[in-house]
Amino acid sequence: MSDDVLRIEGLHTDIAQYHILEGVDLSVPRGAVTMLLGRNGVGKTTTLRTIMGHWAAKSGSITYDGQDITAWPTPARARAGIGFVPEDMGIFTDLTVEENMVLAAASGPLDATRLETVFAAFPPLRTFWKSEAGNLSGGQKQMLSIARAMAEERKLYLIDEPTKGLAPAIVSTMAGALRELKRAGASILLVEQNFAVAKALGDHAAVMDDGRIVWTGAMAELAADAGLQERLMGLSMEVTG
Amino acid sequence: MLTAILSGDTPRSRILTVLLLAVLVCLAAAPFLFPGVRALETAATICIFIVLVASYDLLLGYTGIVSFAHTMFFGLGAYGVALASTHLGRSWGALLVGTASGAVAAAVLALLIGLFSLRVRAIFFAMITLAVASAVAVLVSQLFEITGGEDGLTYQIPRALTPAFRFGELFGVNLNGRIINYYLVFAASLVLFLLLLRIVNSPFGRVLQAIRENDFRAEAIGYRVVWYRTAATCLSAAVAALAGSLYAIWLRYVGPDTTLSFEIMLDILLMVVIGGMGTMYGAVLGAVIFVLAQNYLQSLMGVAAGAAEGLPVLPLLLDPNRWLMWLGILFILSVYFFPTGIVGRLRSGR
Repeated sequence: MSDDVLRIEGLHTDIAQYHILEGVDLSVPRGAVTMLLGRNGVGKTTTLRTIMGHWAAKSGSITYDGQDITAWPTPARARAGIGFVPEDMGIFTDLTVEENMVLAAASGPLDATRLETVFAAFPPLRTFWKSEAGNLSGGQKQMLSIARAMAEERKLYLIDEPTKGLAPAIVSTMAGALRELKRAGASILLVEQNFAVAKALGDHAAVMDDGRIVWTGAMAELAADAGLQERLMGLSMEVTG
Repeated sequence: MLTAILSGDTPRSRILTVLLLAVLVCLAAAPFLFPGVRALETAATICIFIVLVASYDLLLGYTGIVSFAHTMFFGLGAYGVALASTHLGRSWGALLVGTASGAVAAAVLALLIGLFSLRVRAIFFAMITLAVASAVAVLVSQLFEITGGEDGLTYQIPRALTPAFRFGELFGVNLNGRIINYYLVFAASLVLFLLLLRIVNSPFGRVLQAIRENDFRAEAIGYRVVWYRTAATCLSAAVAALAGSLYAIWLRYVGPDTTLSFEIMLDILLMVVIGGMGTMYGAVLGAVIFVLAQNYLQSLMGVAAGAAEGLPVLPLLLDPNRWLMWLGILFILSVYFFPTGIVGRLRSGR
C-alpha cells in the first residue's frame, strides 16, 4: 500500500456556473499533518468538501487508502474512515453533547477509552456532557466538533480552520488536542490560517492559488522562507501568525 | 419504571406533567366521567388525533419533512378496515386484515414517494405529496363502486363493539359494546403513542433530529440521509394508517370528508404547531385543545352570548355562528404567544 493515505489527481469542481477547483493535485502522507494553505477564496474548503463528497468532482480522481472513492456517496466515505470537521463546526445544537458524541460513533457504540482521551483533550466536554450543545460557547462548540471526529478511529482527518475566531486560550487548547492527535499517528489534512498553529503542527504544506496547488514541500521550509510566503500567498505568514 | 415507559423523555415541566396527567385520567375514565354520546365521541376523536398528530410530528418536528399526504395515509387505514369489513363481513378477522393491509399499503406508498422525491429539496417532496394526496382523493371519489364515492362506506363491525351489546352497569353507567370500542381505541392509541415516543428517543430518532438540523453534517458522519428520511416517512405513514383504522372502527363509516380531506390535513398542521413541533407531548395538548374547541366552542359561545344579553356589541361578537372566527383568533394568539408551541414554552419555563 502507498505511503499516501489520500491522493488527488487533476480534480476539477464546479459550484453552479463557477469553476472553483481547476486541476488540484495533492497527496496526504500517512501518519503526518499536511497543511493546506492559501489566500481566502482559492478553493481550500471546496477541496475538503469535494474529498468528503459534499461537492461532486467534475473530473479527476480521489484515491483514499488505495481505493478510488471519487464516485462514492458521502456516508460511504465517512464509514471508510474519513473524519470531517467543517469550518462552521456543524454540531447538532438541539442535541446534548453526549448525543452528539454518540451519533458521531456511527459504526458502533462509543468506546469508553476513546472517550477518556477526548475528555483529557477537551475537559469542558465532560462538564457539559448532558447539556444541549447549542448552549456551549464558541470554543466549546469547536471542541465538540473536533471531539466528534475523534469519536471513532479515522484513517484521515479533514479539518477546516479549527481555530478561526477563537480566543487565544482556546486556540492553545485546540492546538494541544491536534498535537495529541498527531502524536497518536493520525493522518491529517488541515486548513489553517493561524501561522503559529500551522508551523507547530504541519509536517508538509501545500499552497493553493486560483483553484490549484501551486507549491508543495516541507512546512519547515515554507515557514523559514518569508520571501516564498510572500510570493505564494501575497503576504508573509509571520505577520499574520 | 415510569421513565422507562416514557423512554426517558419525561415532560420536564411541572405544569406540563399536571396537564398530561389530567388528560390521561380524563381519557381513561371518559365513559364514566363524561357520560353521553357526544362526550364519548369527542374523547375517542381526541385519542385518535393524538396518534395522528404525533405521527405527523415524527415527520415534521423530528425529521424536518413537510408532507401534505398524511390524511391520505390516514384514509388508507380507514378504507382498509371499511373494505375488509364490507367484503369479509362482520368479524374480528376483517378488522385485523383491514388494519394490517391499510398500514402495509401506507408504508409501501410512502416508500415509493420517499424514494422518488426525498433525494431532492424538501419543497419538492411537499409538492409531490400534495399531488399524490389530491390524486388519491379524486380516485377514491371516482371509484365509487369500490369506495362508495362521495357517500363513503357504511359497514358492520363485531357486535361486541356496538351499542347493541350490553353487559351490565357500573357507577350508574350502562356498559355496552360502545364502551368496549372506546377502550379499544384508547388502549391502541396509548400503545401507539408510547411506541412513537420510543422511536423518537431511540438512536434512530436522534439521527432524525440530526438530519433535521444539518443533513450535510449527518451525511459526513456516515448516515444515509435518504434512507433515514424514507424510513421515517414509512413509519409515520403506517402509524397514521393505524390511526385511520381506529377511526374507521369507531365510526363504522368512512368517507372522503371524514378521512381524506385537505381540511383535516390543515387541522393536523395546526395541532402540531399549537402543541409544539418536535415534542410528542405537543401532539397531546394540540389535539385536546383543537378537538375540544371544534366540538364545544360553539356551545360555549352560546352560553356566553346568553349571559351577555343586554350589553352592547358583546352578544353580537359572541354569537355562536361566529365560532370559526374565534377559533381562528385563538390560534393566531396561541402561535403569537407560544411560537415554540405550548410544550416548548412550558419546558423553557418562560
